[in-house]
Amino acid sequence: MSQPFTVTRTAPYTGGVVAFLTRLQGGSRFTTSDLLTYAYLLIGTVVMFAPVLWLVVSSFKQERELTAFPPSLLPYWQQTVAVPGYENPLDLYDVTLEDGTVKRLAQISRVGINAQMIDPENPDAPPITVNIRQRQPVRYLNFSLQNYNEAIVKFPFVTYLTNSVIVTVVATALTLLINSMAAFGLSKYRFKGRDVLFVVILSTLMVPVSVILIPAFLVINQVGWVNNLLGVIVPGAATPTGVFLLRQYMLTIPDELIESARIDGATEWRIYWQIVLPLAAPALAVLAIFSVMWRWNDFLWPLIVLSRTELFTLQVGLNAFQGDLNVQWHYILPMTVLTLLPITVVFAFLQRYITTGIATTGLK
Amino acid sequence: MSPLRPLSRAVTAVLGVADIVLEPLQNRIGLRRMAYFFLLPNLLIFGIFILFPMLLNFYYGFTTGESILPQNREFVGTQNLAKLLDCQDFRNPNTCNEDRFWRAAGNTVVFVVVEVTLIVVFSLATALALNRKIIGRGFFRSVFFYPVLLSPVVVALIWKWLLQQDGLLNALIVSAGGQRQPFLIDSGWAQFWAIIVGVWAQMGFYTLILLAGLQSIPPDLYEAGEIDGANAWTSFRFITLPMLMPTMFVVLVLSLIRAVQIFDHVFVLTGGGPGTATLYLVQYIYTTAFQSRNYGLAAAASLLLALVLLVLTVTQLRLGRRAEAA
Repeated sequence: MSQPFTVTRTAPYTGGVVAFLTRLQGGSRFTTSDLLTYAYLLIGTVVMFAPVLWLVVSSFKQERELTAFPPSLLPYWQQTVAVPGYENPLDLYDVTLEDGTVKRLAQISRVGINAQMIDPENPDAPPITVNIRQRQPVRYLNFSLQNYNEAIVKFPFVTYLTNSVIVTVVATALTLLINSMAAFGLSKYRFKGRDVLFVVILSTLMVPVSVILIPAFLVINQVGWVNNLLGVIVPGAATPTGVFLLRQYMLTIPDELIESARIDGATEWRIYWQIVLPLAAPALAVLAIFSVMWRWNDFLWPLIVLSRTELFTLQVGLNAFQGDLNVQWHYILPMTVLTLLPITVVFAFLQRYITTGIATTGLK
Repeated sequence: MSPLRPLSRAVTAVLGVADIVLEPLQNRIGLRRMAYFFLLPNLLIFGIFILFPMLLNFYYGFTTGESILPQNREFVGTQNLAKLLDCQDFRNPNTCNEDRFWRAAGNTVVFVVVEVTLIVVFSLATALALNRKIIGRGFFRSVFFYPVLLSPVVVALIWKWLLQQDGLLNALIVSAGGQRQPFLIDSGWAQFWAIIVGVWAQMGFYTLILLAGLQSIPPDLYEAGEIDGANAWTSFRFITLPMLMPTMFVVLVLSLIRAVQIFDHVFVLTGGGPGTATLYLVQYIYTTAFQSRNYGLAAAASLLLALVLLVLTVTQLRLGRRAEAA
């Protein structure tokens, strides 16, 4: 039985310094083209990965640091100190005094270019007025989760997350079920109009949601699924890609297997779920991974179907908040990181399935 | 897949219960007709939410009115299409009745040509690099592929954060002695970054496809070429490139079809602005339909978009067949 999903797996590569020295192109020499290859790949790595890394590092920064220019590379937080007689903790600064000595003072208030500072060791002494150019903030490196906590508390992040998880899980389960049923019907039965049906399904492979936005919205409206997660879940479930993928795979399952099960008295439904489904597991796994990715990242369709905030998925919610005139990056950044986290984890664990799945089926 | 085994057991257990209903059904309609039962759920959803809207789109394209309900719409024939196409000079949107449509169309053409070219060039270069015997090939492949998985919203926010006035890129430019650039405020820059971000987010996908194509070229060909005295360039020019052509073609068409539909990441990154600098066709359809409530005009525009996609798809099938025959 041929297995279309493992054909083009890359050749196994065993690394190591010895292999490095002996397996380069043209023998054992480190050629110019090797140098160029590594240079290209290293620059590429920076270009591909640095933007994501910058997002993650920035998400830990204190709110005021986020607007500083030039930005600090690492998340520094302002050191504060509790001074008796003041309600809130005061910011600490290293102040260069007029006599040239440097003293660590706490700031009470700031008016224009002048700051009122006091010595936290000696809070009863009268405050000194200091030019703000004469003071440097005392900062410390801190990967604090404060932004994350605040973002989760102040924004309906958990609601969005729940909606996204519901949409992704239910839609993927539905997709796998109805696509595999249809693929089974198309690959293991002969009936009138089968080939026409298959061609019709295939021909819509190229119809993107962007082309049928308006009538599709009307249908959702008439069914009463506007502002209903079902309106996001159901329409995409009958994906032609999935039917095509599974049908091609099921064609490789020998018909004799099904015939002998029939002779043994198995019902058609039993044949479907006990014989065909387990045998199609590799194809189902590929489709499941893709479905999760499609649904988790889906944007345009949920944007149209959902207008009530409490129903937003993560993508729509993130977009809503970044659209404000005054972008609150200290909330947006951690929420973006939390949104890309699940996909990153999925990728880390299922990387081989995803990459071979794409290479062999050419779908995304 | 062992951790998934309990899950699959649970699923099959649930599915097994369905036979209580389905066995009588099969006895009633017969074994062969069960095919229709298996097809029913998928076809129902497919018909209602994809096929029917496709046909209905024509109706919308030829009607006008404020209401989205078909019965309340007035049939106007080709008036919507005529309004869209009413233009003295297509290259100059100012002479067109619906100038936003032609601005979007012009922007989309530029976007498609530049983005697809860059995607093909960079994914080919990356695939060639990854096809060599190098240390950490798996690592590099993952790095280039990783952005493909990110949602367009996340991609746009990552870059918006990097490109803003006080962002890291401007800091790097300033520290190198340059001037801060209005990356997302200047129209030229915004168009540039809309394309670059698109390439960044997608090239890993095409790299994988090209890599699979490269690895399916039989090594004997290169050995034979070596015997015949081919150097690195000639074996690339006369073995790799011709053998890779079918795959290159797939990449070209897939990226073309996707580029024509550009919407998500640009919508979040620039919102189509400044002005109409990064307004593309799908956003034009989206805003015309769901913000201006001009469903007829939007549907007519999406018919034109569908036509372009149809031409691209048919070209793909034609050329694909020719490539197979050759």
